[in-house]
Amino acid sequence: MDLFANLATGFSIALSPYTLMLAVFGCFIGTIIGALPGLGPSNGVAILIPLTFSMGLDATSALVLMTAVYYGAMYGGRISSILLNIPGDEPALMTTLDGYPMAKQGRAGDALVISGVASFTGAFLSTIGLMLLAPLLARVAFQFGPAEYFALYLLAFATLGGIASNNQAKAAIASCIGLGIAMIGVDNNSGIPRLTGGNMHLFDGIDFLVAIVGLFAIAEVFFFIESHGKNTSIGVKLDKVTIPVREIWSTRWTQLRASLIGFAAGILPGAGASLGSFLAYMGEKSIAGEEGKFGTGVAKGVAAPEAGNNAAAGGALVPMLTLGVPGSGTTAVLLALLMTLNITPGPTLFTERPEVVWGLIASLLIANFVLLLMNVPMVKIFVKILSVPPWVLLPGVTMISFVGIYSLSGSYFDLLLMVAFGVLGWVLRKLDVPTVPIILGILLGGHMEDSLRRAMVLSGGDWTYLFSSGVAIGLWVVAIAGFVAPMFLRNVLTKPQRVTD
Amino acid sequence: MASDRVFGVVVTMVALAYIASATQIQASFLADPVGPKAFPILIGAVAAISGIIVALRPDEDPKWPELRTFGALIIAIVVLVGYAYALKPMGFLIPTAITATILSWQINPRTGPAIVAGLGLSLGLFFVFKYALGLGLVALPAVLHG
Repeated sequence: MDLFANLATGFSIALSPYTLMLAVFGCFIGTIIGALPGLGPSNGVAILIPLTFSMGLDATSALVLMTAVYYGAMYGGRISSILLNIPGDEPALMTTLDGYPMAKQGRAGDALVISGVASFTGAFLSTIGLMLLAPLLARVAFQFGPAEYFALYLLAFATLGGIASNNQAKAAIASCIGLGIAMIGVDNNSGIPRLTGGNMHLFDGIDFLVAIVGLFAIAEVFFFIESHGKNTSIGVKLDKVTIPVREIWSTRWTQLRASLIGFAAGILPGAGASLGSFLAYMGEKSIAGEEGKFGTGVAKGVAAPEAGNNAAAGGALVPMLTLGVPGSGTTAVLLALLMTLNITPGPTLFTERPEVVWGLIASLLIANFVLLLMNVPMVKIFVKILSVPPWVLLPGVTMISFVGIYSLSGSYFDLLLMVAFGVLGWVLRKLDVPTVPIILGILLGGHMEDSLRRAMVLSGGDWTYLFSSGVAIGLWVVAIAGFVAPMFLRNVLTKPQRVTD
Repeated sequence: MASDRVFGVVVTMVALAYIASATQIQASFLADPVGPKAFPILIGAVAAISGIIVALRPDEDPKWPELRTFGALIIAIVVLVGYAYALKPMGFLIPTAITATILSWQINPRTGPAIVAGLGLSLGLFFVFKYALGLGLVALPAVLHG
């Protein structure tokens, strides 16, 4: 079997003491990042990328470290959801619905353990899914030409705009901002500078890391200044942590179903973990019916969104690794990491650099077990970290962002741009304009234009070439449906609001 | 309502300016059928149309902060811009301590803890960056290094 030989290669890389240490360290940092309100997987991973880059780690090590952080943050998000009723990141929002009521009943420990185990199930199953599905998809992706890639990029923007945001026009604007920024700099084909306004600093284009850190991390600081950290509601105390074996066992089918739903949602480009946890929770709620008492603090209500959210984290890696199209904000950040490390995701990654792919998959499997150990018996340590007040945390995040970006280029201009992106991010989020499409646009803009231009070179300028294959037509249809359909479904699928005391 | 109308109009104006500057891009003699202008113009067009849609069909207004908070945000921006300029000539420790103190005070206006947070972050992060991560940071202004 190919699979086992590949896995053996992967484990031989991942089990080296150094890589193992990086994975454990990444899990620890990641769980902290996920648990801290105001820091989630996207901005947490974003501020760490420049630092990892400056540390000069090789590609595999850096990738292992950052994906461990990513998985860790997905686990950690539930801690502040349950104890503080503040989702540490967006996908953890659904966990507050049953987690916080459970904590208020004095069962915070149980909620943390159940959700920890559910996170493990979701992440573990989806890593297996990733292992099985990714090589298959990579083989299909070999057939993709520029026309198919162009349609695929369009699909990512369409589903991201359609499913993950509230207003299609605003999502389209966000995508255009990102794509528009990506055009700045020297044109790949002709070598002519475009849209730089004659500014020398802009000839190399705008570094996507500057934009990501600005939009995700610096914007967050402005939100905290606006609210004076008042959103920190009073937490629930955690007494002793025991393992409610019977209750965990009673949620086994919930965990399985939620993992499947989450994985599928994660694969869909543009949908990601938030949709995964949302669908998993709503699905389980309707299966349980009225007697399920969802929303009052039941085990299944905690298990479902966490399994879904962590399964989606793994699922989102499938399109990211095989096609180079991220499925969510965080995977967009991971794509940025790959591009920083000079790894081009796509089908060729699997044949040309199998050590990267399988080393990554093996470390994900290891990271999962480490995270289960950290998040069930050692959960009390992370609960302590929650008491770091925002007036220390947010200035700290700012300083880390500045140093990270500064260490990339040593130029004050990038720092100014980062602050500008922070302001832009604050204004846009105030206006309910999603910022993830901007990141996606900056990351994919160059590739999208390239594939369009290559398609036109191949066809000699004939536009119908874009719809010349079955796959391309299929992608166009899904893209349009994904963008338009939510307009009609929005009344049916309203997101439940947070529990307010 | 009003915020979205303004936003839509601004987006449309910026998009039109973007299209205008995209038409100024020189085409090279090695032109491919699409050329360097078409894609930027397409993006600008989509943005302009979306901007008009937002202006015509605005969402509800967000909750904008009161004037004082706006003042605080502008101070924060000014401080961060100053920090960006100061980091190179002034070294890491002094600008970081000052910036972190001000930001900390803005989130929670108590002077004592803010100063402690500022000094602690400045020193603590310097040691982490310099010695744990091995980044080449300069501690103090070049003048003091002699």
